Amino acid sequence: MYDQIKKRLLLMLILSLWATNSFSAINVFACEPEWASLVKVLGGDKVNVFSATTSLQDPHHIQARPSLIARARRADLLVCTGAELEAGWLPLLLRKSGNGKILTGQPGYFMSADHVTLLEKPKLLDRSEGDVHADGNPHIHLDPHRMMLIAEALTHTLSRVDPDNQTEYQNNWTNFKDAWSRAITKWEQQSQSLQGKKIVVNHNSWVYLEDWLKLERVATLEPKPGIAPSSGHLTQVLSELKQNQANMILYATYQNDKAVRWLAQKTDIRVVALPFSVSADETLFQWYERLLSQLMDIKQ
Amino acid sequence: MHKIFIVTATIAAISSINPVWAESDIEALKKQVEALKKDYEQRINALENRLKQSEEKAQLAQQKVVQVADNVEKAKATSRSGQRNFNPAISLTLDGRYADFDNDPNAYELPGFSLGNEAGLGEEGFSIGHTELAISANVDDKFYGKATLAIHDHEGETETDLEEAYIQTLGLGNGLTIKTGRFYSAIGYLNEQHEHLWDFADAPLIYRGLFGDQLRDDGIQMTYVAPTDTFLQIGTELFRGDRFPGGGDHEGVGAWTAFANIGGDIGIEHSWQLGLNHWRENNVDGRTSSGHSHGGVATETPSFSGDSKISSLDLVYKWAPNGNPTSRNFKLQFEYFDRREDGSITMLNSGPPEEISTYDGQQDGWYTQAIYQFKPHWRTGIRYDRLSSNNKGSDENILAEAGLNDEGHTPERYSAMVEWLPSEYSRIRLQYNRDDSYEDSDNQIFLQYTLSLGSHGAHQF
Repeated sequence: MYDQIKKRLLLMLILSLWATNSFSAINVFACEPEWASLVKVLGGDKVNVFSATTSLQDPHHIQARPSLIARARRADLLVCTGAELEAGWLPLLLRKSGNGKILTGQPGYFMSADHVTLLEKPKLLDRSEGDVHADGNPHIHLDPHRMMLIAEALTHTLSRVDPDNQTEYQNNWTNFKDAWSRAITKWEQQSQSLQGKKIVVNHNSWVYLEDWLKLERVATLEPKPGIAPSSGHLTQVLSELKQNQANMILYATYQNDKAVRWLAQKTDIRVVALPFSVSADETLFQWYERLLSQLMDIKQ
Repeated sequence: MHKIFIVTATIAAISSINPVWAESDIEALKKQVEALKKDYEQRINALENRLKQSEEKAQLAQQKVVQVADNVEKAKATSRSGQRNFNPAISLTLDGRYADFDNDPNAYELPGFSLGNEAGLGEEGFSIGHTELAISANVDDKFYGKATLAIHDHEGETETDLEEAYIQTLGLGNGLTIKTGRFYSAIGYLNEQHEHLWDFADAPLIYRGLFGDQLRDDGIQMTYVAPTDTFLQIGTELFRGDRFPGGGDHEGVGAWTAFANIGGDIGIEHSWQLGLNHWRENNVDGRTSSGHSHGGVATETPSFSGDSKISSLDLVYKWAPNGNPTSRNFKLQFEYFDRREDGSITMLNSGPPEEISTYDGQQDGWYTQAIYQFKPHWRTGIRYDRLSSNNKGSDENILAEAGLNDEGHTPERYSAMVEWLPSEYSRIRLQYNRDDSYEDSDNQIFLQYTLSLGSHGAHQF
């Protein structure tokens, strides 16, 4: 009698272990919320996604916090921007995590910037030029065409890391590709009136958005990337703007808005505080919609 | 299409079953059907046109994607991810200061603690600190290596010191990491950080008293990070044990440590880490330090032999609005150390007969500091240090000569600083200390610069 119960319990245990094993999702560590969101779309319920940052954090200035080390320790796949955006904290995180799956060169190491061309590759690598990224501007997630390429590459990576579910990833990718192309067409149609609009930016974080929507950047408040605007530089920008009126001032919600507000007051140019990435409660699609609708609102 | 068919079919059926209907009625119905058909066909045509248009647009978008993809392929040939541009990562830290003290820095002492290694106030006036050259890189897919050379002045001579030189495993798996070579011990929070990362120009008094600023040695370190959401790390180190505060000539493992760190986030804005540490050397053989010099030059050097153990606790808490420390952030840090020693103190160059005393040492101390970045590029901070000791021995005079008598004084120090950081790579600091390390209070002012050129430094917690 007891033997039978034992056998049954053992069988149940084995079955449950097997079950959790085959249905267990892979752990993905995303450095920024846009990649977390993309992984969710492509991975569906086969992935467990953790985002190291929120849209309100500056991805340049993150510390290798204990909580991040703990998450990186268990990750099967790392999805980050690359192009030195995370240079200050990611290498340290990888060294401290003791996790071989997500090291450089491993299938579980995915840098989005490796799969697209970068704009603004500096000709001169000199720190007097500010916070320069040797490979080019890393804020690639603001171009939906580049996002598409990254999504495709990411699908391959997901299939390599988790071959059992590759058909699922392929299906998700096909669906995403369809929906995203349609969305791009719609967005490009909607935003035609934005073409040629002159913008002032706080930090050169919008290069890809400018490129996509054909916005014209007439001034940058930071004298050099990563260097806070000085009053001298702001005065210069102000006088330049008197010659060449801009339509709007853009800044990311995580950035300091002091200089932006000052300039807005002096010039009456409208300010747009744009969410730099996806919020916790929205999808990539919704975030792009939100960005565009904010820009369109100002334009009128 | 379906509808038209059904309507037509129905009408046809009805008309065939009911031949009694008038010819004109049928004619009218036919006309209606004809009109309906036309209307639908027009609508369908319009729809088909729109579909075609959007298909063309989608194709256009697809073409664009292909175009970008082509560009990528071209670009890949010329550029690849960051690391190669700075491989190996080389950085040079330039550090210098102007210091002003009320008291003679050579008269500095810490009653109850026998100072050794690099403990002391340093030079008055202009001087350069540690100029550090660090080279590091992933050696291959299995190892990471780093060496730090420190160049500094010591009693008028420029010395080069191999501060750190170690290799570390990469991705050993299961949260395990092994590090070997010469490195700063992981015990305590501040010990593992290079001094130019500290928030004050000088070490906490307890670090100065126990380690002569910092504990490093040659050996091996093993750490394990548990697979939990809350950060949990345990580790151990085996050291040669010849370096201060150890001593002697060890052939095997002279000293060892054990440590555990636990940490995490509370919400998005708060993060914390708690550490427990232990260091032990059971056979310290002739650890020399500077004694109580009475303002003159001490010819007799105290030397400790025996067992030594240090236990410590550290706690760090950080805050940043929305978890974004770029503009504003706050850090609170506390560390407590306790050292117990059992052995003997010999005054070298004394006698004959050589002065010797048994020694039962009990020293402890703590510091706490709060740092606030109140706007971008500006930080300010305060620190408080406090030490105490209760050392006993067979000959109190010898202990007093060795600087191990607290002279009825509780060493303490108040510090305040303000920093300007023009970029991530440069820092100018102004610091004031009200230093009661010994019975004569001292006012100390430091104006210090620390610049780092070369590869990007790591943002440690």
